[in-house]
Amino acid sequence: MLLEVKDLVVSFPTPDGLVEAVRGVSFAVGAGKTLGVVGESGSGKSVTAQTVIGLTRGARVSGSALFEGRDLLKMSRDQLRQVRGSKIGVVFQDPLSSLHPFYKVGWQIEEAIRAHEKVSRAEARRRAVELLGLVGIPHPARRVDDYPHQFSGGMRQRAMIAIALALNPSLVIADEPTTALDVTVQAQVLELMKRLQAELGMAIIMITHDLGIIADMADEVMIMYAGKVMETASRHDLYYEPHHPYTTGLLGSLPQSGHEGERLVPIPGQPPSLIGPPPGCPFWPRCGFAMPKCRLEVPPLRAVPGAPGHTSACWLPLELTGYSVEVDAARHLAAVAEGATAVATASGAEEAQP
Amino acid sequence: MSQGPRGEGPRSVGAVGEGGGDRPGVLLELQGVTKHFPVKGGGFWRKSHDAVHAVDGVDLQVRRGETLGLVGETGSGKSTLARCMTRLLPLTSGRVLLDGEDITDLKRSQLRPYRRRVQMIFQDPYGSLNPRRRVGSIIGDPFAIHKVADGAERKRRVQELMDLVGLNPEHYNRFPAEFSGGQRQRIGVARALALRPELVVADEPVSALDVSVRAQVVNLLADLQDELGLTYVFITHDLSVVRHVSNRVAVMYVGQVVELADRHDLYATPRHPYTKVLQSAIPVPDPEQSERRARVQASGELPSPINPPSGCRFHPRCPKAQPICAQVVPRLEVKFQDPPSHLAACHFPLADGEELPRAEAGDVARVGPGDGDRRAG
Repeated sequence: MLLEVKDLVVSFPTPDGLVEAVRGVSFAVGAGKTLGVVGESGSGKSVTAQTVIGLTRGARVSGSALFEGRDLLKMSRDQLRQVRGSKIGVVFQDPLSSLHPFYKVGWQIEEAIRAHEKVSRAEARRRAVELLGLVGIPHPARRVDDYPHQFSGGMRQRAMIAIALALNPSLVIADEPTTALDVTVQAQVLELMKRLQAELGMAIIMITHDLGIIADMADEVMIMYAGKVMETASRHDLYYEPHHPYTTGLLGSLPQSGHEGERLVPIPGQPPSLIGPPPGCPFWPRCGFAMPKCRLEVPPLRAVPGAPGHTSACWLPLELTGYSVEVDAARHLAAVAEGATAVATASGAEEAQP
Repeated sequence: MSQGPRGEGPRSVGAVGEGGGDRPGVLLELQGVTKHFPVKGGGFWRKSHDAVHAVDGVDLQVRRGETLGLVGETGSGKSTLARCMTRLLPLTSGRVLLDGEDITDLKRSQLRPYRRRVQMIFQDPYGSLNPRRRVGSIIGDPFAIHKVADGAERKRRVQELMDLVGLNPEHYNRFPAEFSGGQRQRIGVARALALRPELVVADEPVSALDVSVRAQVVNLLADLQDELGLTYVFITHDLSVVRHVSNRVAVMYVGQVVELADRHDLYATPRHPYTKVLQSAIPVPDPEQSERRARVQASGELPSPINPPSGCRFHPRCPKAQPICAQVVPRLEVKFQDPPSHLAACHFPLADGEELPRAEAGDVARVGPGDGDRRAG
């Protein structure tokens, strides 16, 4: 495994109390593979990635993150800086604030190279031009002397990808890389990332809220909610054999072609506060299958039988996977057998909110 | 004009087709609506004569009781068009007719009766609510402005509205910061519905919301339409959402409507290559479908609305473009044997089932390192 994160816990002291952003997250990424991390706002998906590369200052962190055998969380800032940029590239959501407006795009790529390798300015520049060509900037030899404001949004994100790839990293962390882009440009950037991965063989951690992008890009998927991992699965299993009610709820709330005009099936209520989150499963107040056990005990990630890599943090019987009326009926029966009484409804859960 | 099944709730939409005369059921009509914004700059002595062509000559009718979807990317002019049709912005040229009455040149005071009939919902549930005012007073604003109700009566009606949109009426005295994003959007909806408008123009009402909460608000809007017989103009960049909620869809590109059709026709037989490109660019949350489908990409990026391309504005990115596309502006008209409700502005419309060629040549997304250097040299 290229990156192996174990029991990562991240919290931020704030005037309102301790925000428990990440609460015991473990995952691994293999070389050349794409891990998709899905979650809504406040799920901890970005904090997880930023902590791994040492970008969450002021946070209380515990756990381990082994990258090529060395623990990133134990490294000094200088050591971390050596890894970041050269071995691990990062692409953020907003290319406009990630590029410095005062410096030419080419200069910023050269800087990234010269920060890690002893090369001449001319050599760094030659590689900057090559990289801009690689990420599909037309006329790279000319555009290398442009300032960021002379680039369009899509081109800036391509330039960010060029910087992330400048030193041929073995891992690229992409945090909502296309969220700020228009759909037609998003399609281009996603194609670009897939092509570059095929050519250069880096692993990608793709963080997004968009289940469509994950269906297109990821090998393995991790679903996060309220700082915890709810489900991990291969791309196929996640979409066709999901187990966790949060996963099925997410899939159900998407508009489907062929069902236009019908009512969507939303998840009732709102995500919980991360300041002093309640005990038990974080999803139970919104879950239609919540049992008494769910309110008391945190369900651990358990392996779904017959599906390697498929785990789910839910007390429902593990063989009940899938997304259909029959499976949901079976889930209800199982929940009632465990003592579930009231079923959460849209109005009920919402009344419970602030 | 099927409304589609929308749950078990009472359906009281029969308003489609009402209203008399030669344009049955038309609530709002736009005729050649154009909005240009002058560009500042050009130096101290020399004034710039450039303008952002935000909206250019849009003809559109909104029928009573329907949901008209307006889709487009950044700079397509969809939000400007929304502000023109609600008369929040003065038009550069063209006319806006509400129920057959010309409201284009009315002054602010004269517009007031029309404001009651046409309301807007905005995208940003954080930016569109004053953080220092209590929710009850925000929702009650329209009653105060239009001097409809005050005192206890206003409070009663505000609480009714809060109940209608699924907020707890007891939260009347809370501040916006005490509500989540989805609940704030409900506050925006309540405020828009206070005066029982006929037309609600919703500008990206669910774009800022998380997936699970987005579905709640989409359902709420559908329920309110059924209950109150509302007409919606639903503006979004998200094709899957617009497809879900709309009866008819207008696709906009750089200030113009390039295709207009009933929802089903637009998705089954898109005529304009841009519509096709837009459809295939949407990521589908289904791995098998995602692998199966042919992805067509438009080369390059959106052009500047300051100097929009000549002829068809999509021609620099269009895989089917011919010389004529750069010279002659295509008219928005019926293609092939399409029903009169299906219009497209294209010289070379797509036939049924026709796929676009993959835009290989000149596609910046696919330029390899070698190609890139060659181009530069």
